[in-house]
Amino acid sequence: MNLSIKHLFGLEGVPKEDIDSILDTAFSFREVLERPIKKVPTLKGVTVVNLFFENSTRTRISFELAEKRLSADTVNFSAASSSLTKGESLRDTIQNLFAMKMDVVVMRHPVPGSVKLLAQFVDAVIINAGDGTHEHPTQALLDMMSMKEKYGSLNGLNVAIIGDIRHSRVALSNIFGLKTMGANVLLCGPPTFIPYGAESLGVKVTYNLDEALEFADVVNILRIQRERQGKGQIPSLREYRNVYGVTQQRLSKLKRPITIMHPGPINRGVEVDSDVADSEHSIILHQVLNGVAVRMSILYLLAGGR
Amino acid sequence: MEKRAITSSILFKNAKVIDPFQEKMYDTDILVDKGKIQKLSKNISEKEAREQIDLKGLHVAPGFVDLHVHFREPGYENSETIETGCRAALAGGFTKVCCMPNTDPAIDTRETVRFIYEKAENEIVDVYPIAAVTKGRKGAELTEMVELAEAGAVAFSDDGAPIKNAQLMRFVLEYSKITGKPVINHAEDSQLKANGIMNEGVVSTQLGISGNPGIAEQIMIDRDLRLAEFVNARIHIPHVSTAGSVELIRQAKAKGLTVTAEATPHHFSLNDEYMRSFDANGKVSPPLRADEDRLAIIAGLKDGTIDAIATDHAPHIYDTKETSLDMASYGMIGLETAFALAMTNLVHKEALTLMELIKLLTVKPAALMQLPLPIFEKGAEANFTIFNPDEWWVFSRKNIYSKSYNSPFIGSEFTGRVKGVFAKGHYVTI
Repeated sequence: MNLSIKHLFGLEGVPKEDIDSILDTAFSFREVLERPIKKVPTLKGVTVVNLFFENSTRTRISFELAEKRLSADTVNFSAASSSLTKGESLRDTIQNLFAMKMDVVVMRHPVPGSVKLLAQFVDAVIINAGDGTHEHPTQALLDMMSMKEKYGSLNGLNVAIIGDIRHSRVALSNIFGLKTMGANVLLCGPPTFIPYGAESLGVKVTYNLDEALEFADVVNILRIQRERQGKGQIPSLREYRNVYGVTQQRLSKLKRPITIMHPGPINRGVEVDSDVADSEHSIILHQVLNGVAVRMSILYLLAGGR
Repeated sequence: MEKRAITSSILFKNAKVIDPFQEKMYDTDILVDKGKIQKLSKNISEKEAREQIDLKGLHVAPGFVDLHVHFREPGYENSETIETGCRAALAGGFTKVCCMPNTDPAIDTRETVRFIYEKAENEIVDVYPIAAVTKGRKGAELTEMVELAEAGAVAFSDDGAPIKNAQLMRFVLEYSKITGKPVINHAEDSQLKANGIMNEGVVSTQLGISGNPGIAEQIMIDRDLRLAEFVNARIHIPHVSTAGSVELIRQAKAKGLTVTAEATPHHFSLNDEYMRSFDANGKVSPPLRADEDRLAIIAGLKDGTIDAIATDHAPHIYDTKETSLDMASYGMIGLETAFALAMTNLVHKEALTLMELIKLLTVKPAALMQLPLPIFEKGAEANFTIFNPDEWWVFSRKNIYSKSYNSPFIGSEFTGRVKGVFAKGHYVTI
């Protein structure tokens, strides 16, 4: 099973066949993760560097676990974005690391397009673990895997993404991937959170949460960045919760149950209530497990034959 | 590039002269002696000159004028110097340039104005400094504009730093009237721009890159035009980038305001689709806009709303461009490619005639900056550019004479090429 892509920069333009292969392979790795011995020798001798220029706990641990389950050698490099501004340039950091011969780089960086810049400087497989407000493809893949696990197919599935779409790499990657797979996507949030010309992404937009819930088979609820409050984009978290918080009260008005997803970490009582996040219709913890499987799949498909 | 001082006489045979003063094109030989045009007629005998150059198939126009360049001196000599900037100007056919004051220190005193003139004294290109409007370009206190104008400043601008305070802008416009020199304000509302890296539109949405909306420019232009109208002052709008801005200037001109405007080759050649490459060479201020904006700029050049093509030549040493988009410097070099881009994207696409283009590169910018531009006649100083309007070529690193190479056009194919320049008694072949 070969992918047409050589790196995973994002999901924009990645063909359906590639996404199918990634998800199918991920389901096989899911089985490995259910075994008592969860390690396979697939990437023995391959060196992976996790290059995190922005704080991350979940994504970094998920990648590291995926690498270790595949028997790769891993190195971690973490630098808060501020250290770049005061000293070494991105280019110098990267070239120094790669002078030590790495095969795969998993990179998170606060600026859109940084992974493409990386590709100019190093000869390695590159996996984007989030580049600013651009893309976060592995998150979208694990989201799609979780939806596929529940519904069997993504074709025709109605997915509502709720929250700060304008600043969300998760939303953008989900939109690109879901559209490719034939799902219908609706974006919902206050107008200050919806990017200019969002319909050009091939999605519908509503400012009304009840309308979004009515439409959806699945809701993917984005985390509200607390720092948005006070910058004029929303007046308060309290008002946000009142207008856009997913609560049992709202869900109880629907004719059918809908599936609850969240990329984490959750602000309980803000974008989603605890009893919703912990309900039987929530697949939030499946997303976490699928995250490891999907990252194993990507690593295997892109670096396995190297 | 080869530069030669011509101390005696030189005969240019078979030139096709484009005279934008009289709007005439004609075939002629040009005899130049001691830096002046001695004779303009067909069939001048080769015996009359020490040396003869055949220009068959080539055109001759007055030396081009660029009213907006950054030569980075003093202060940022690792990106450009007056010497290397002048070399880039010659390569692009420009014999007169106006340099912006965003240097370190800023050009805001008589001494810094003189420094520019002294540095450029022995250059073939005439370099005219634009002085800062406010001390240190800080947007607070006015510079001594009268004294600066007397020292040779041709215009006033804080360049990349917009004058945010409307009352200060009013005073700037009023006070500048003593000098008769244009005020140039970088038209951008800083709050609306916020941390925008590229044009805000469907492309920025698809790329997840923070957007700088066109209205940030339009609101500032609207404010400045209203202030200029109220106090009856001159104003020049730099690097117009949006359709809405073109329309605002068109309406202001129709009302009779003394407003002039310029557009850059990159804004009429590229649109925001370029940013799909994530190439920091496409990061400019104001940003590359949507295609409808690009087309509106071309329409503005055609109908006279926009008075001049100016490069906003902005050299940056490579490591400030080969970095993440947020940290990358704003701007691209433009002198070497301006004429080729204009020929390729305007004249050969039949958006402008060759005569219209030459006016936008010569008489119109010279008039608005009140620069001397020798006319094409016997006895006048020989100052002209030689070009082939139809030569096909590929622009590469070796065609760059600037100290920096931050251009998104490396590898681009052009039709139309500058071949040489004659100015200040020097013959330069590119």
